[in-house]
Amino acid sequence: MLTRNASSDVFYAVADPTRRALLDLLAEREEPVGSLAAHFATSRPAISQHLAVLLRTRLVKVRRVGRQRHYCLQPKPLEQIDNWVALYEHFWTKKLDALGEHLRRGK
Amino acid sequence: MKHELSFEKLYPQSPEVVWRALTDSAALGQWLMENDFEPRPGHCFHFRLKSRLGFERLIPCQVLKVDEPRLLQYTWGSKGSIVTFRLEATNGGTRLRLEHTGFGGVRGHAFGWLLSHGWARKIHELLPAVLADMAALKG
Repeated sequence: MLTRNASSDVFYAVADPTRRALLDLLAEREEPVGSLAAHFATSRPAISQHLAVLLRTRLVKVRRVGRQRHYCLQPKPLEQIDNWVALYEHFWTKKLDALGEHLRRGK
Repeated sequence: MKHELSFEKLYPQSPEVVWRALTDSAALGQWLMENDFEPRPGHCFHFRLKSRLGFERLIPCQVLKVDEPRLLQYTWGSKGSIVTFRLEATNGGTRLRLEHTGFGGVRGHAFGWLLSHGWARKIHELLPAVLADMAALKG
């Protein structure tokens, strides 16, 4: 498997519980960093750091609303996680067919 | 919830015949992968995964449960996911259930989270909306 830059890896991005919680919030509505940070006990700079990771992974994007920067969810990269599982699904489906063929040949 | 993969398939052969295909190393090599499997709990073995381009990778496994001809279970890979085969006699044939569970590591977590929060559904609901937005902007 190719080594990917961890900081832009979607799996890395969602491995953190705070970032997952941020994504859950952003799935409801877009929000500026201040109101996002209000949901957490961690400091606002820490939340900004997490948002930076999500930005690099393209899981969120920024939309300017007046003077505010609103964060919006971009779910497309989450498909990579789905695809990873699809590989396993494909693998086993093929193998179970191969088992049927093996049994049919009787050897 | 589905962060566990499960498959079900019917085969016209008896559970004893299917069991042999699952537990005989040579037979297993024909339909799954080359291996040094033995149907013995605790036995450590490898599957040899060959890509079409000729790359090879060994998948380390360990046998957990052997209950002939009903249940076979082994660990799969270094992250310790678990593969379980369940066999059930049905009208002269066999219903085979395969479960691949316990995906660990970062990927396993990501997948578990994705499904437990209904994200799989969200992706499918949100994506078309997002794409429609983009199309509208371009148009």
